[in-house]
Amino acid sequence: MRAFILAVMAILWKDVILELRTRDIVVTALVFALLVIVVFNFAISPTPQTVAFVAPGILWIAFVFGGVLGLNRSMALEKESGGLYALMLTPVGRDLLFFGKMLGNFLFMLLVEVAVFPVFAVLYNFSLMMPGLIPVAALATLGVATVGTLFAALAANTRSREVMLPLLFFPVVAPAIVAAVEASTTVIQGGGAFDRWIPFLIAFDALFLVVCPVAFQFVVEE
Amino acid sequence: MAIDSSQNLAIQVSDLSKAYGRAQALRGLCLEVRWGQTLTVLGANGSGKTTLVKTLAMLTKPDAGEVLIGGLSTRHNGKRVRRTIGVVTHEPLLYDGLTGGENLRFFGRMFGVERIDERIRSVAAQIGIADRLDIRAGTLSHGMRRRLSIARALLHSPRALIMDEPESGLDQEALELLAAIIADKTNPERAVLMTTHNMERGIALSDRVAILSGGRIAYEGASDADATRAAYLRYATHRQSETALL
Repeated sequence: MRAFILAVMAILWKDVILELRTRDIVVTALVFALLVIVVFNFAISPTPQTVAFVAPGILWIAFVFGGVLGLNRSMALEKESGGLYALMLTPVGRDLLFFGKMLGNFLFMLLVEVAVFPVFAVLYNFSLMMPGLIPVAALATLGVATVGTLFAALAANTRSREVMLPLLFFPVVAPAIVAAVEASTTVIQGGGAFDRWIPFLIAFDALFLVVCPVAFQFVVEE
Repeated sequence: MAIDSSQNLAIQVSDLSKAYGRAQALRGLCLEVRWGQTLTVLGANGSGKTTLVKTLAMLTKPDAGEVLIGGLSTRHNGKRVRRTIGVVTHEPLLYDGLTGGENLRFFGRMFGVERIDERIRSVAAQIGIADRLDIRAGTLSHGMRRRLSIARALLHSPRALIMDEPESGLDQEALELLAAIIADKTNPERAVLMTTHNMERGIALSDRVAILSGGRIAYEGASDADATRAAYLRYATHRQSETALL
């Protein structure tokens, strides 16, 4: 267990240091997410009657599409530097490599969400204090990062990875996005999402946290 | 060639084959390296040297055949074998955004190296990069990146070194340091398999020489300049076309 934690933390440390220096992943995802929110704000001119229904969808489009850009960049950096090969030379299980990369992606996506949400709240006239959104965002982001890390590794081996990742990723992650939008709508309308959508997101995460590390080893080995 | 497990062999390769689409890179290749021995694999471009190194390093899976390192099959004991080997490939396999020291610290942590700072200082001094550890890898010269790559491979004190053209891009001083590492008298049991284009250097650094041609070992013998030169002229030049698309 100690070896597991040390290896995963080493990969996370490396990804955080690289991101602090290059800002490739977070800035790309953040700018895209902010653009989506601003563009939708002008496009639909939200009214108090409609905003509670459309805003959660806009929020998750911004998070997930921004996240895809970040995921693509994260694995492309590994591929371009040869880092993925270097990681594969280490005596660490491929599942640990997966968890290390996934944890970094999860952290970066959460950072983007934390930065985007205040802008979203101001533009769409919501309260900043919505603690019910925290578990929804954490669970949905975990699912997106888990599936996304696997498919980003798969897409990185193809020539058209920017196109390939969304094509592979969205059909699989769609249930988690739907659950996140529904749960966010319930929370924004003052209800609780814990009876239905939170358990669904937990089940989604649990399934893919088992499947994706196993599939990862077949993806990264030639 | 049947593998004789009673022998004290560091690297045993038997009937190794690998194809990329229709291009057959390795065809039933067999070779052995004993502990304490240095084997240089010579070969022309496209003869399969890099594929051999990538297969030994478990970066690519063979289509057929078996690789044993220290008696352990790479197919079934990947983690243990990776702990045994240090690998230098064509690409430096470093993170450009990290400094040399950070790169070594990261890989040291992945290998579970103890007293890591002390070990980094020792390896860096051995390969002549002690004064470059605070510089980002991406801004180092090609030769310095190559040295850092060699330091990464040595960091966990591997019992076997597998190197793909390690002398490429190194200056004279670094070549001498590399020769000293290969001939390391403090580690007499270390096995080394290296590939190179440079026949003279390959002969000078090794105990045995093999010539790879058409995905097979066409010649293997003691590190003798005249015999190797004659064999190289015979096998590594006129059979290059065999490795092209079938």
